[in-house]
Amino acid sequence: MRSIPELLGEHPFFADLPDETLELIAACGRNVHFDQDARLITANAPADVFYVLRRGKVAVEVDTPQRGPLVIETIGPGDLLGVSWLLPPYRWTFGARAAEATGAIAVDAACLRAKCDDDPALGYEMFKRFAGLVRDRLQATRLQLVDVYGNDEP
Amino acid sequence: MTSPEPSLPAGPITSGPIPAGPIPAGPITSGLGPMTPRMYRVVSRREDLGDTVTLGLVPVGEACPDPSSGQFNMLWAFGVGEAPISLSGFENGVLSHTVRRVGAVTGALCSATIGDQIGVRGPFGTGWNLSRAAGRDILMIAGGLGIAPIRPIVIELLAHRADYGRAVLLIGARTPDSLLYRDQLEAWRGRFDMEVEITVDAASPVWRGEVGVVTRLVERAPIDPDNATAFVCGPEVMMRFAAQSVLDRGVDPAEVWLSLERNMHCAVGHCGRCQLGSLFLCKDGPVVSWPRAEPLLRVRER
Repeated sequence: MRSIPELLGEHPFFADLPDETLELIAACGRNVHFDQDARLITANAPADVFYVLRRGKVAVEVDTPQRGPLVIETIGPGDLLGVSWLLPPYRWTFGARAAEATGAIAVDAACLRAKCDDDPALGYEMFKRFAGLVRDRLQATRLQLVDVYGNDEP
Repeated sequence: MTSPEPSLPAGPITSGPIPAGPIPAGPITSGLGPMTPRMYRVVSRREDLGDTVTLGLVPVGEACPDPSSGQFNMLWAFGVGEAPISLSGFENGVLSHTVRRVGAVTGALCSATIGDQIGVRGPFGTGWNLSRAAGRDILMIAGGLGIAPIRPIVIELLAHRADYGRAVLLIGARTPDSLLYRDQLEAWRGRFDMEVEITVDAASPVWRGEVGVVTRLVERAPIDPDNATAFVCGPEVMMRFAAQSVLDRGVDPAEVWLSLERNMHCAVGHCGRCQLGSLFLCKDGPVVSWPRAEPLLRVRER
């Protein structure tokens, strides 16, 4: 069985990080498994973790009073779930559910935040990587906002 | 290996190979010019979506020359007007055209019933010319109604499956309900010799497919970027981002083909209505390679 530092090192989000850094992050992580339809995170609950997805598929959802839950994005292996743990008030904006049986590494947020505070180089590296993730999500969201398929012509 | 194409469970569109290779010069015997429509009869009509209909057309008299995938015809709704509609299939002499109701002409075409007569001028424009990508992985990306012009590529590819490498079809749509050709997509998705991935902008939890933008599917499409050709069709904004993500994978820009569809009018490169930069898209397009298309995608439609 591979260790958590090895598993993190294989994930694109943590690519090219030195082993010592992977060890540091891995010390805050543990292997988790979710059955299909299990809830990973709940909107408004404390954001005390983020998930490094290894297998399966996760649906990010928003609850709507009229239409019930609406899936706004699906993510899978190679993706990361959760950025709300980075900044106060450390609360989830959206919910997420396992659309398929899902395997991930859960990284404890308070643990990693403390290490980032102690080691600004690690903190900067983490924030650069999460900023890239947020940029990609923002671009994707803007594309969805354009509603490109709404009025296309034959 | 050549696999038979699964037939559609519902609706009159049956699929079959589109002739590969050069387009035979049609037997123009009557001297009808390219501005004169030939008479066609509606032999099938399927409501794909609330505002979208697929018509099957056969010639009443003299037929237009055989079209190739990627080309378009000008369809006349008599007494109303004419609109450019891309080919979504051609089998046994039956033209398939998928039309969305967006104005008076397309509205009249969508309302046509079996037995009605429609005028056809064409075929016009550059085709996809799939055979130029023989031996390579084929990445097809369709957004919204863009699946209509992509469909003939899939049919041609499956009819000559052994001539190509991996086949990947990526589809983006607004919602699961707005997916065109759903039965056919399900049949293709069930095949072992092609990959079909569908993503929508939003969905209820019942939807088991992907949710997100189509570019995310490109990032993980199982192709060899050094030996892949991409064919992209959809709204221009979507094509721009989809093509960019194909290039980000390392695919040669000259191997990325887009179908640019601006307002065609005369369809013979005469009137200039569809002019985009130095191109008259009705004859220099609609299928254009990325190096030619890229600077033009920033030009607004008039």
